[in-house]
Amino acid sequence: MSIIVQNGDIFIILACLFGFFMAWGVGANDVANAMGTSVGSKAITIRQAIIIAVIFEFLGAWLAGGQVTETIRKGIIDPDLLEHDPQLLVYGMLAALLAAGSWLLVASMRGWPVSTTHSIVGAIVGFAVAGLGIDSVDWTKVGQIAASWLVSPLLAGSIAYMLFRSVQRLIFESNDPFAAAKRYVPMYVFLVGFIIAMVTLVKGLKHVGLHFSFLQSALLAALAGLVVMVMGAYLERRISRSKRKADRMGFEGVERIFGMLMIFTACAMAFAHGSNDVANAVGPLAAVISVVESRGAIDTAALVPWWVLVLGGSGIVVGLVTYGHRVIATLGTGITELTPSRGFAATLAAATTVVLASGTGLPISTTHTLVGAVLGVGLARGMQALNLRVIGTIVMSWLITLPAGAGLAIMFFFMFKGIFG
Amino acid sequence: MVTSNPFTAMFGRSPFQPLLSHIAKASECAGELLPFFEATLIGDWEAATRHRETITRLEHEADKLKTELRLNLPNTLFLPVSRSDLLELISVQDKIANKARDITGIMLGRRMQVPEELAQPMRDYLKTAIATVEQARKALEELQELLDSGFGRNVSQVMMKLIGELDQLERQADDQQVAIRRQLFEIEEKLFSIDVMFLYKIIDWIGELSDRAERVGSRLQILTAR
Repeated sequence: MSIIVQNGDIFIILACLFGFFMAWGVGANDVANAMGTSVGSKAITIRQAIIIAVIFEFLGAWLAGGQVTETIRKGIIDPDLLEHDPQLLVYGMLAALLAAGSWLLVASMRGWPVSTTHSIVGAIVGFAVAGLGIDSVDWTKVGQIAASWLVSPLLAGSIAYMLFRSVQRLIFESNDPFAAAKRYVPMYVFLVGFIIAMVTLVKGLKHVGLHFSFLQSALLAALAGLVVMVMGAYLERRISRSKRKADRMGFEGVERIFGMLMIFTACAMAFAHGSNDVANAVGPLAAVISVVESRGAIDTAALVPWWVLVLGGSGIVVGLVTYGHRVIATLGTGITELTPSRGFAATLAAATTVVLASGTGLPISTTHTLVGAVLGVGLARGMQALNLRVIGTIVMSWLITLPAGAGLAIMFFFMFKGIFG
Repeated sequence: MVTSNPFTAMFGRSPFQPLLSHIAKASECAGELLPFFEATLIGDWEAATRHRETITRLEHEADKLKTELRLNLPNTLFLPVSRSDLLELISVQDKIANKARDITGIMLGRRMQVPEELAQPMRDYLKTAIATVEQARKALEELQELLDSGFGRNVSQVMMKLIGELDQLERQADDQQVAIRRQLFEIEEKLFSIDVMFLYKIIDWIGELSDRAERVGSRLQILTAR
């Protein structure tokens, strides 16, 4: 107990530093993946992508980031075991943040799209096994998280498949695809607005102190969806049919309408990403703060202070601006054979999955869901060519991330234990 | 600094662009046959050689595109159509260019001059064969739209119509072939017999040109049917 009282300020400062470092890693490594499809399909420019990412990552982290935070913070380790040695939790969380942050730094340098969620969960499990013994880990909870790694690509893939099929059915197969696109796209815009608003209202806003019933939330979300829809309809009016003669079916104009839609899905994706992945940085940070402020008591009911979410959000933004924009730039020039309609289906599906997951509190990986969603569109015969070998490599890098995070965390854990006793 | 992002590489290079360029080359190859034929008719062998060279060059370029497509088609690529159908299609396409080159080769080598009575029917026959190849190219361009729409219903109807027209052109070429053979049979006694042998061969090969174009159409049908 005395260790925590003595070093309380140092712990909090360190936790904020490491948490910020970790959030920087999230911004540097992950955000590019989230924005890549939008930039890659030439729907938005890199500058627009950064502006959108900055605003919506931050909003997502702040408004809807609380729920997942709790899973990371207290879902994995059994709090009872730490009753007598609360400083171990502090060391462990510091170690986990530093380990995951370092791993993300390495991965970002190398250009591996690793999962930030994997890094932090691996790190926490690693420290728990090394420092507290195998039994300290709630393995069913870890199993649940692991299962969500399988479930989230599948879910995102199915949603993406259905979305693209619906686009095909409603727009590409109609007699006048351009007119059909004008007619149905506002509906998709509504969907985007509704989903984001719904999760913000149901799961997020309690951190700000607002409470709505489910029905009230649904109504408000529908209203928000309508507002976004009107905005979309306004933007859409300015898009005209292509004049090219070769484009007999009018697909070029359709793709331009979807390009407009990508602005909304990019916002959705950034929001979803911020709401889910900020937890990876903020969860352990919040744990340290709650232990220090309660002078050693492991209080499971503690709320995440709002400024912690702001810190996480800013970390992501700084990471994005300092490093992530380069990755977006490579993506922007690299993905050539991705059209706005496919990019839209993949991105909206991934965003929906992440938003749903952050609503239920499962820390899933954005990277996973996006790969799953792209595969889903591919199965709907949308993608012209997907390189399965590269997808395999990406999956491999996910597998390596767990032990790497764990190993680093164990190292740092014993380092802190050595320093503070 | 990230140069090769795996996320970028996830979207493989689509094999459909080389496929389209390839049929465009094959069609250009076949198109060059007409000026070549005109040159042989008036016995301008210099001009004929030049056309032959153009055809050979185009055929080489088509070959290069074929290789590129095959290299671009590793087993790990996930495509909306069957890989074997795609490879089959490119080899059928490739044979069009090869046949065009073969025709010029034998005609130039033997300095073959089609008898005057046959010149006009042969010209029409050749034009039909070239039109068939051109039609195959149009059908393939439709494939791009089909991919854009994720195999939408309307586009496949357009494709089926184009393939129907292709079949019709091929039948027309068949009829013309029968007529020309009959005409040749009537005058063959007046001609040098080995020349007649090769004339029959050339008539055959021009027919094969449109046959192969039609095969492209049926491969396309298979490709997009599932």
